[in-house]
Amino acid sequence: MRTRQSNDSRTTAGIVALVAVALLIGGAFAGLVLEGARDPSGALAAFDGYLLRVARFTLWQALLSTLLSVAPALLVARALSRHPGFPGRRLILQLFTVPLALPAIVAALGVLALYGHAGYFAHVLGKLGGGEWSGIYGLSGILIAHVFFNLPLATRLFLEALGTVPADQWRLASQLGIGARPAFRLIEWPALRSALPGVAGLVFMLCITSFTIVLTLGGGPAATTLEVAIYHSLRFDFDPARAVVLTLLQIGLTFVVVTALTRLGANTVGDANLPVAPRRYLSAGKVEAVLNAGLIVLALLFVAGPMVAIVLAGREADLGRLAGEDAVRRATLTSAGLAFLSALLAVALSLSLIAARRALALRRRAGSAMSLLEHATDTGAGFVLVVPPIVVGAGWFLALRNVTDVFAVAPVMVVAVNAVMAMPFAIRAVRPAYDAASERHERLCLALGISGWNRLRLVDWPSLRRPLATGFAFAMALSLGDLGVIALFGSDSVQTLPYLLLARMGSYRTADAAGLALLLGLVCLILVVAADWMGREAKA
Amino acid sequence: MRSLLSQLVLATGLVSLLAGVGPAEAKDKLTVYTYESFTADWGPGPAVKKEFEAECGCDLEFVSVADGVALLNRVKLEGVGTKADVVLGLDTNLTADAKASGLFAPHGAIADLNVPGGWKDDTFVPFDYGYFAVVYDTEKLKSPPKSLKELVEGSGADKIVIQDPRTSTPGLGLLLWVKSVYGDKAPEAWAKLKSKVLTVTPGWSEAYGLFTKGEAPMVLSYTTSPAYHMVAENTARYQAASFEEGEYLQIEVAGITKTGAKNPLAEKFIAFMSGPKFQDVIPETNWMFPAGKTDKPLNPAFDRLVKPTKTLLFSPEEVAANRKAWVDEWLAAMSK
Repeated sequence: MRTRQSNDSRTTAGIVALVAVALLIGGAFAGLVLEGARDPSGALAAFDGYLLRVARFTLWQALLSTLLSVAPALLVARALSRHPGFPGRRLILQLFTVPLALPAIVAALGVLALYGHAGYFAHVLGKLGGGEWSGIYGLSGILIAHVFFNLPLATRLFLEALGTVPADQWRLASQLGIGARPAFRLIEWPALRSALPGVAGLVFMLCITSFTIVLTLGGGPAATTLEVAIYHSLRFDFDPARAVVLTLLQIGLTFVVVTALTRLGANTVGDANLPVAPRRYLSAGKVEAVLNAGLIVLALLFVAGPMVAIVLAGREADLGRLAGEDAVRRATLTSAGLAFLSALLAVALSLSLIAARRALALRRRAGSAMSLLEHATDTGAGFVLVVPPIVVGAGWFLALRNVTDVFAVAPVMVVAVNAVMAMPFAIRAVRPAYDAASERHERLCLALGISGWNRLRLVDWPSLRRPLATGFAFAMALSLGDLGVIALFGSDSVQTLPYLLLARMGSYRTADAAGLALLLGLVCLILVVAADWMGREAKA
Repeated sequence: MRSLLSQLVLATGLVSLLAGVGPAEAKDKLTVYTYESFTADWGPGPAVKKEFEAECGCDLEFVSVADGVALLNRVKLEGVGTKADVVLGLDTNLTADAKASGLFAPHGAIADLNVPGGWKDDTFVPFDYGYFAVVYDTEKLKSPPKSLKELVEGSGADKIVIQDPRTSTPGLGLLLWVKSVYGDKAPEAWAKLKSKVLTVTPGWSEAYGLFTKGEAPMVLSYTTSPAYHMVAENTARYQAASFEEGEYLQIEVAGITKTGAKNPLAEKFIAFMSGPKFQDVIPETNWMFPAGKTDKPLNPAFDRLVKPTKTLLFSPEEVAANRKAWVDEWLAAMSK
């Protein structure tokens, strides 16, 4: 009796969470379909040359970004794996995780501060190009920013793949005195090749759904992707028919890419578990060692450059005046409040899904197949990553505009969409701890008749506290840095820090923007470092 | 007992809630949607707000968006539920479209308007006018283009910053200017001009900010822009180029929404807008020609500006019928 009751409360929580997520995504789709049905001829007319060009550019920039990120990453990962004792190797690898934590708008600003028309390198670049440096707005800017994000990510994933090479193979190679080239062909390449489709697919997916980078560095209609075009069609032209068509096209495109990705077995969350213990079986030759060192240093400079630029440019800003400004204070409070609520919701949704999944798994007899519900609580959450925030935002924007003032619902939309987007990451942080705790305490709770809220508070809380905090901090960082939803729903009355940052960039108050970027970047970095630290402690 | 207590608490809560709302409601409020450069610290907004609030004893709230076209889109998007009583900052290229939306109400009698070509419109009232022009930096550009054709087809590599016609009235103005000179050949003209465009900004203020920061030697602005630099900065460094084909006219207007038709302050504001207190502020804050009577004469700097040899203007109906097609044409040319 007891078992059923306790299981039911957990299952109910899971169902509530699933319904909430389904409502958010389904509501967006309903908004799109209804809008399309209202004006089918307009939607048909929106299939024009512009749409095709935007779709082509979306694919083209994603393809180039993937090539430029993945090919060098292969070499850098190999160089790093060949030199386990490279000075500062650990630090470099840690630095390579920073771009993941930086909000895209902050990174975009760092890239501009370095390579832009008035950037730190403008003088040198102008001389190299012979004449005045014209800046990097357009495809080049988009590519630089995408490589800044994805080269370190791909490097770490390839390094992880190289770490899976059995030590025996290396020992054997070393005993046989195999040279660098055959070693690469026989040992490293097979490991890298098996990881390649997954890594390339992940990077391609990230670039195809990139919004902020293209919005801030695109610089005009020539360099527009589908997501930015969706934003333009809602906030610039107010052309709902075009918005519907663009959004459907984006969904179709991401769906195709993700389907292909799952076939290729990609790691869609993009997390690398790097082996800590250094191993050295093959010593590299002198020429190779120099080449490798050069490669590593180049990659390091490329990744560290924009970060240094953010700090330098931020320090030039009048931080005192900024902190005293009313708009900045309000945006900071709004951002903090919304990110806090969004993280809370993300963690609550995740916990509900995790508990329900565990309860369903316990109830299921050994050997029998998973029910649809269990499947949904298990892998269903990951699917929200397929639907970009802009798409969900656009759907709700269209659905709500006939019912209410869309700009007044901005806080609700930001909290809900960001919470759901952060959910897969929070689930990953919490699920192992929850399942382990359940393994230990399930029988005890059953015997003592503890269930529901009391169980969560007395039994599960002590072992879940840390992983929950990890998930919370990570979700908060994601939500703090997001520009997608607020770009659609933001207005004079509801502004977050990224929105204000975009406005200041837009009106070319560069120093203000740099100051705000430094602030936002630091807060997000601290949150992610804290999340990582708590996660490690929890595992230890 | 308990339920009595809770009812009491509820009642006092309600009363205090009402009391809290009371005073704020007592002061009448007028909401005006406009574009960003109007409400900027250096724009007409602050002075207009002060003068009108003193006259009406009410609250005047400005809500601003990037530029004039975005303004119309915002109101269309909000529909009949819009909070705007008055929309200020559309131009004649948008009035037919705005009227067709059915969101605007006719205005009352207005006296003493003075705009080129005269004024007859039952819904919108002009508050200023000006001529679009390419403004250039004399320190960077020794021989500015003498015609639109030279700007488009000339071999010079000098960059220009323009605005997006989907959000900005100057951006739309340039599009119509090119259309009135090139007609059906406009897409080819845009394809040629594209290489000289440094960037396309959503509104006028961003473009002009880029220009004065020295990012580009030319910007699309108004013949009146140099007056600002002459009066406020005492410099003749920035000048408007005079084009052989003539300049495109912009008449900026305001209108009362259906929401505003229920608010007596809206009608008052439109009358105030056409009067000298508002009109006196316009020339040296919005840097445009006043559309109504002023109390003080124009600054002599306005006499030293480029005078259009010919005035270009499409009728509101023509623009309304073709705007989407022409903007799509522009998008297609610019996205190639």
